[in-house]
Amino acid sequence: MFGNILIWFVVIPVIMMAGLGLCRNSSMNAIRSVMVVCSTVLLGLSIWLCCDFLSLRAAGVDDEMLFTGSWMWYAPLNIHLAVGVDGISVLMLMLSSVIVFAGTFASWKISPLPKNFFLWFALLSTGVFGFFISIDIFTMFMFYEVALIPMYLLIGVWGTGRKEYSAMKLTLMLMGGSAFLMLGLLGIYWHSAPEGGQLTWNILEISHNASIDPDWQKMLFCFTFVGFGVLGAMFPFHTWSPDGHACAPTAVSMLHAGVLMKLGGYGCFRIAIFLLPQAANELAWIFIILTGISIVYGAFSACVQTDLKYINAYSSVSHCGMVLFAILMLNTTAMTGAILQMLSHGLMTALFFALIGMIYGRTHTRDIRQMGGLMRIMPYLGVCYMIAGFASLGLPGLSGFVAEMTIFFGSFQDADTFHRIFVIAATCSIVITAVYILRVVGKLLLGPVQDKHHLELTDATWFERLATVTLIVCIAGIGCFPNWINETIQFSFKPIIAAIQGVI
Amino acid sequence: MDYSQFGSMIPELIVLGIFMLVFLFDTFSNEKGKRILTPLTTILFALGTIAIWIIPASCEEVFGGMYINDNATNAIKAILNVGVFIVFLQSSKWVNSDEVAIRKGEFYELILVTLFGMYLMVSARHFLLFIIGLESASLPLAALVAFNKRHYESHEAAIKYIMTAVFSSAILLVGLSFVYAFSGGSLYFSDIALYIGQGEMSGLLLIALAFVIAGIGFKLSLVPFHLWTADVYEGAPTAITSYLSVISKGSAAFAFFVIFVQCFGAVYSDAWEWMMYAVIIATITVGNLFAIRQKNMKRFMAFSSVSQAGYIMLGAMAVNGLGLASMMFYIFVYVVSNLGAFAVINTIEEHTGKLSMDDYNGLHKSNPWLSFAMTLAMFSLAGIPPFAGFFSKILIFTSVTSSNSWALYMLVLIALINTIISLYYYLLVVKAMWISPEEPKIGTFETERCQKVGLWLCVAGIVFFGLVPYIYQYCYDAVQSSLGFLTFFNL
Repeated sequence: MFGNILIWFVVIPVIMMAGLGLCRNSSMNAIRSVMVVCSTVLLGLSIWLCCDFLSLRAAGVDDEMLFTGSWMWYAPLNIHLAVGVDGISVLMLMLSSVIVFAGTFASWKISPLPKNFFLWFALLSTGVFGFFISIDIFTMFMFYEVALIPMYLLIGVWGTGRKEYSAMKLTLMLMGGSAFLMLGLLGIYWHSAPEGGQLTWNILEISHNASIDPDWQKMLFCFTFVGFGVLGAMFPFHTWSPDGHACAPTAVSMLHAGVLMKLGGYGCFRIAIFLLPQAANELAWIFIILTGISIVYGAFSACVQTDLKYINAYSSVSHCGMVLFAILMLNTTAMTGAILQMLSHGLMTALFFALIGMIYGRTHTRDIRQMGGLMRIMPYLGVCYMIAGFASLGLPGLSGFVAEMTIFFGSFQDADTFHRIFVIAATCSIVITAVYILRVVGKLLLGPVQDKHHLELTDATWFERLATVTLIVCIAGIGCFPNWINETIQFSFKPIIAAIQGVI
Repeated sequence: MDYSQFGSMIPELIVLGIFMLVFLFDTFSNEKGKRILTPLTTILFALGTIAIWIIPASCEEVFGGMYINDNATNAIKAILNVGVFIVFLQSSKWVNSDEVAIRKGEFYELILVTLFGMYLMVSARHFLLFIIGLESASLPLAALVAFNKRHYESHEAAIKYIMTAVFSSAILLVGLSFVYAFSGGSLYFSDIALYIGQGEMSGLLLIALAFVIAGIGFKLSLVPFHLWTADVYEGAPTAITSYLSVISKGSAAFAFFVIFVQCFGAVYSDAWEWMMYAVIIATITVGNLFAIRQKNMKRFMAFSSVSQAGYIMLGAMAVNGLGLASMMFYIFVYVVSNLGAFAVINTIEEHTGKLSMDDYNGLHKSNPWLSFAMTLAMFSLAGIPPFAGFFSKILIFTSVTSSNSWALYMLVLIALINTIISLYYYLLVVKAMWISPEEPKIGTFETERCQKVGLWLCVAGIVFFGLVPYIYQYCYDAVQSSLGFLTFFNL
């Protein structure tokens, strides 16, 4: 079992938790060293996995999933601990490990109770990694919920502002989503094999059996898509996101907006669309309308906010809406764009939240009306903020451009009026994004200094620089060499597209 | 009479043996000797529990088919025993307190007698034996509820308990007398099944079923037969409350399944499916909604246990072996989680006398380990992975949906939405302990050793037995190998 490289993505966070359990709350150095060592190992492991994966693909291995392994867990219900990755999951694992790495440095001086903070943080990352390596929907769902619950304590104990309210709202809404999801998954399980066959939770086997009849597919599609859509901040289930992100501590906002919201998109893609292709074809229009609304509505909402975190949270609603929007277009180009957008948004929003945390730690305010001219006071953080902003509004050379271009190219391929109208509306959001990003950058970084006390503030420390540089390198890397990503994921769409075309 | 038939009753004989030993020791030992009564009983009981786990069941009907000890009943008895063992560990400080120490023998004897009654309930295959079991499980419990004899609430609780117990027994007996009319003068489960399978539905049978549901529903505190629950839980000594909330409920749930699936399985979709459908929805929802407002921890746990009973009964809606196995697993998980929560409530009450949820504010500063255990118990009760509660909930939901009927999917959806409501109030406790900024009202104290062991057992159960499918597999195998009647109606 431990010979499989994927298992280590769950084992290492568990080791991390065990290590943290041995530390005392007062020995900050011990806690930091455990976190740094383990998150570096995770980062290295994900890079190694990616190289390994690419070399296998180059050698002509064209299985749907590589590094597969399956171990019996609850035998009476045929529940396995089944793992396996395709190009998309490999990239998601890389994204998660980068953000866990950066998040460790971004919460270098967390207090109070640093040990407990990192324990919950490690549990959260266990859930995230576990979700991306699973190909058994039961274990997938379990890891999904493992990733949700630590948020309550992380926001409630270490958050700022109306933290109790936000933590409760976020937890209950996400758990509510997972209630619908669970029902959908149960339905999938009980229809997973033709009459008399062995029922299964394994994604690959379910898709091969293709035995779910159309009427059931429609209901199950709605349940699963809404279930994952809540986490993907789909309108009208997005309201947890601004409050939750605004109140969460820095590293948690990073991980949540950067990775957890991607669980929603990935789940919609991997379960709702892949396993229920017929329903996806027929019912995609409902969700295209909803996600179209999130894209435009999120962007407009961001324009009128004055709290930095709220701006970024609404911008996340808009960008994550774009992920789901592109997935629902059901063609290869748009889906490639969706994956690129997941990566791009994950990195860029993590960078945003890291920077906002660093600025807030110095100025003790996140209200843009009370800040100004920070570029002169803290040039390093200022430049980083600008880079993040440009990535967000889609400047060529950074990741946002590649992702959004691919999405809109792909989405425009559908020639009917309905799709065209929504694609055009969604494209308009680029302009609105530019409005709010430039407004913030102008007000926050340029212009006169609003508060004299700000003049005494210092620029970034070494660990803050390390966190931001890691993220910026990745953003620029995707922006400059998108082809590499394309190569990694191109195989992954074949089964999904084949499933969809098979039913048209 | 063939006395070798008693050889089949190994679990009953073990409990009876322990009871006799404790009784004789308590009667004939002097004051000095009584000091070792607690460790003696606990150790004997631990050995007995292990024996029940290990010794294979005889799996044959004895006394003319009135009694059976098959693998499934043996498994549920073992699970109940684990719970009782933890209750013994938890109560070790309370029974040796000044007020109670002189009567501690009675405490153990009464608990063992009720446990014996519950054993008969789950093993009975004849309604006469079932009634004997039910009564001997109910009446001594009233004495236990009144155990704090200088406390007014304790008396009030006992009166409430015994009145409802007697009343519900009466209703059950009326129901059974109707059933007797149908079954051609037999009270054997198998005979009743045969006659009901051949006969037609009638209004009288519906009334009979409603009466039987009401009678057993009282033990399970299903809504609308739950009204005694909160008051009795609040008034009873905490050790007894925890015993009432898990052991008594677990045995009644198992007995309910056997009676309804074996005797009345033929009229499942005609008669009791929709009755239980309504009762389960009401139980889960009412329990949850009332729990939100509770400030007293014991009342809070009372309503939480009402709603948990609804989840346990979901297993009966599955009417198949998967359902029973999931139900038994749920009972096990519920035993460890609920007893874990009660262990914390109990120790805090004993050391500080505080029972209000507001008193738990900031508890992690003074008692981090107790807060930790309580958090795990709350998460497990709410069904949060990777703790055992998650697995038990999901497995029971999976078994309910196995027939693929839309009505049952909707039932599961309602139950799932209710888990969100329950998550809200369980998180209120977590919030009080970890998030509330106030200074702790409860000072730091050292938990007594036995209670610590009990608490650690619960924590271990919560953490491991979801991730390790041993218990579920054990229940499943036991059910597969024993309940032949499940295939009888081709359900």
